[in-house]
Amino acid sequence: MTVLVDAETRVVVQGITGHQGTVHARAMREFGAQVVAGVTPGKGGSQVEGVPVFDSVREAVTKTGANASCIFVPAPYAKDALLEAVDAGVKLCVLVTEHIPFHDMLVMYPYARSKGVRIIGPNCPGIASPGKSKVGIIPNVVFRPGRVGVISRSGTLTYEIVSGIKDHGLGQSTCIGLGGDPIVGTTFVDALPLFENDPETDIMVMVGEIGGTAEEDAAEYIRAHFSKPVVAYIAGRSAPPGKRMGHAGAIISRGRGTAATKIAALERAGAKVARLPYEVPELVSELAARAARR
Amino acid sequence: MVKLPEGRGKELFRKYGVPVPSGVVVASAEEAERAVRAGTVPLPCVVKAQVLVGGRGKGGAVRFASTPEETRAAAAAILGSSFQGETVRAVLLEEKVAIARELYVSFALDRSLRVPILMTSARGGVEIESVGDTEIDRQPIDPFPGLVAYERRRAAQSLGLTGPLAGELDRLLGGLYRLFDREDAELVEVNPLAVVGDKLLALDAKVIIEDDAAFRHPEYAAVRDDRTPLEEIAREKDIAFVQLDGNIGVIANGAGLTMATLDVLKEFGGAPGVFLDLGGTDDPKKVSEAFLLMAQAKPKAVFLNIFGGVTRCDTVANGLVAALGSVPAAERFPLVARIRGNNEAEGIAILRAAGVTSVPDLRSSAQAVVAAAKEAR
Repeated sequence: MTVLVDAETRVVVQGITGHQGTVHARAMREFGAQVVAGVTPGKGGSQVEGVPVFDSVREAVTKTGANASCIFVPAPYAKDALLEAVDAGVKLCVLVTEHIPFHDMLVMYPYARSKGVRIIGPNCPGIASPGKSKVGIIPNVVFRPGRVGVISRSGTLTYEIVSGIKDHGLGQSTCIGLGGDPIVGTTFVDALPLFENDPETDIMVMVGEIGGTAEEDAAEYIRAHFSKPVVAYIAGRSAPPGKRMGHAGAIISRGRGTAATKIAALERAGAKVARLPYEVPELVSELAARAARR
Repeated sequence: MVKLPEGRGKELFRKYGVPVPSGVVVASAEEAERAVRAGTVPLPCVVKAQVLVGGRGKGGAVRFASTPEETRAAAAAILGSSFQGETVRAVLLEEKVAIARELYVSFALDRSLRVPILMTSARGGVEIESVGDTEIDRQPIDPFPGLVAYERRRAAQSLGLTGPLAGELDRLLGGLYRLFDREDAELVEVNPLAVVGDKLLALDAKVIIEDDAAFRHPEYAAVRDDRTPLEEIAREKDIAFVQLDGNIGVIANGAGLTMATLDVLKEFGGAPGVFLDLGGTDDPKKVSEAFLLMAQAKPKAVFLNIFGGVTRCDTVANGLVAALGSVPAAERFPLVARIRGNNEAEGIAILRAAGVTSVPDLRSSAQAVVAAAKEAR
């Protein structure tokens, strides 16, 4: 396994009979992921895109050996879906669902952690490792196998930047969309050690945004423990305080969470911080070229 | 974000056993006078504008009265006036209490620790942002098992409360934490929390209910918030829409991409006026609605920046073209589009047929829209 997923990852899609579940189950397969099961209570025994559907995650795990779940269940039922996956023995849960109350995450996150289960998300595009597997909704077309690791709080902005890396002739080892909510199961600090220890990642790209202190925490970790070069971009330099900018977590509240403090912290930690999104692939290619000359 | 007006917050405080001064919310000067004459609110009393913005004390939106006539006059002076752009539609009448000390307590979310946090400070009555870190005690509260007795004792100690006052605080914190938990609050703040004799009284109540938990709380659906009328419509349509100071409208999909687009426009000297995040959608109607909403904000130019993932480029193009037809000629504005990703070629062809060119490069498309906005001035 490289970072969290590999060719052996066996994916169960919770909410597979819904439109998004069906579309993305197919896209994951096309990417090369092993989508082994779907779950929709009451629809057990049917099939979606040739994938067997079960009534419960436990049944799906017992009959197919699923070990990762991709959750598309609507917000009011997402907590239940996650707890069910954890109790069924799945080890990685990608919560694509948007608008899950953080009060639910206050229960879901510690519960999953106590059982040794990793959550990615909520409100996230998931994880993809080109040539290996994908659990989530990141468009297949933006990827090509390579040695750049990507972690991001955003969705489409990640696609934009990952696609730019590809346009510069480089590829990605693993890309994780961490999600735009105030509480996420995997933060930058949780994800960075996985890439530090990943022999397939040479350069790290980190895409943050205003709100919270996840980027400042990451800067502290990078300064003390991270040996690979980091290129960062922080979205929302021009965002006004007190306004929620699309993501539940993207808000400057009480003077905290501005782009300026995040950029300063990352620069102090030795990261190269791009002013604008299209500078990220440019900085990455410079680093890659320099490494190649050595 | 559902910010509750003070009166509504205090109703919740009463429900959860958090002591508040006796008071009543009224909407007219006559009602105010009647309330004090009937003894519902004892004299002397405080008359407070029910607005969501802060700084009411300095702005003349809090007044004192010792007679029914003064109460009426104070209410008449405040009601209908505009306070930082917000019209005062109601006032809260409350008994005036003899304050010995002003303290601060709140429950909020600590995003890094991923648990609620209890903040206490002996320096209440001022904005907490102006209080130094060393004067604020912060206790992370593990949701399992929730707020426990020793944490409440430490809070009392940090506030210098002993004896019966420590007991009062213990009960009060228990109530506030239950409120935070059960009402799905993102902030419950009491500032000031007043020491009045051997009692504690919450003189103000700031309660913000989490938007995403609205499905569990239909009772807050009608609460007016500090959104603009267009922001309110957008909210009903599940479109993230924020009005800013500039004149360029930005329509993008995904919060990060929309923010990044704003940053790029600013870099080239543009002034973003609307942040519109379409989110993930495969419904051209939603795209049309979003576009017409944008038109109502009267931008000088609009930048459409789409990366097709969940949202397909042709869906966006179809929605956009349908909406273009219903914008009256006089209200049209220059439009610069940049669409890539899923079904890119189809999307670009649909736009081209409607006379809209898609510029693939972010730099040049941003420069084009900034130039268009300047020309339109």
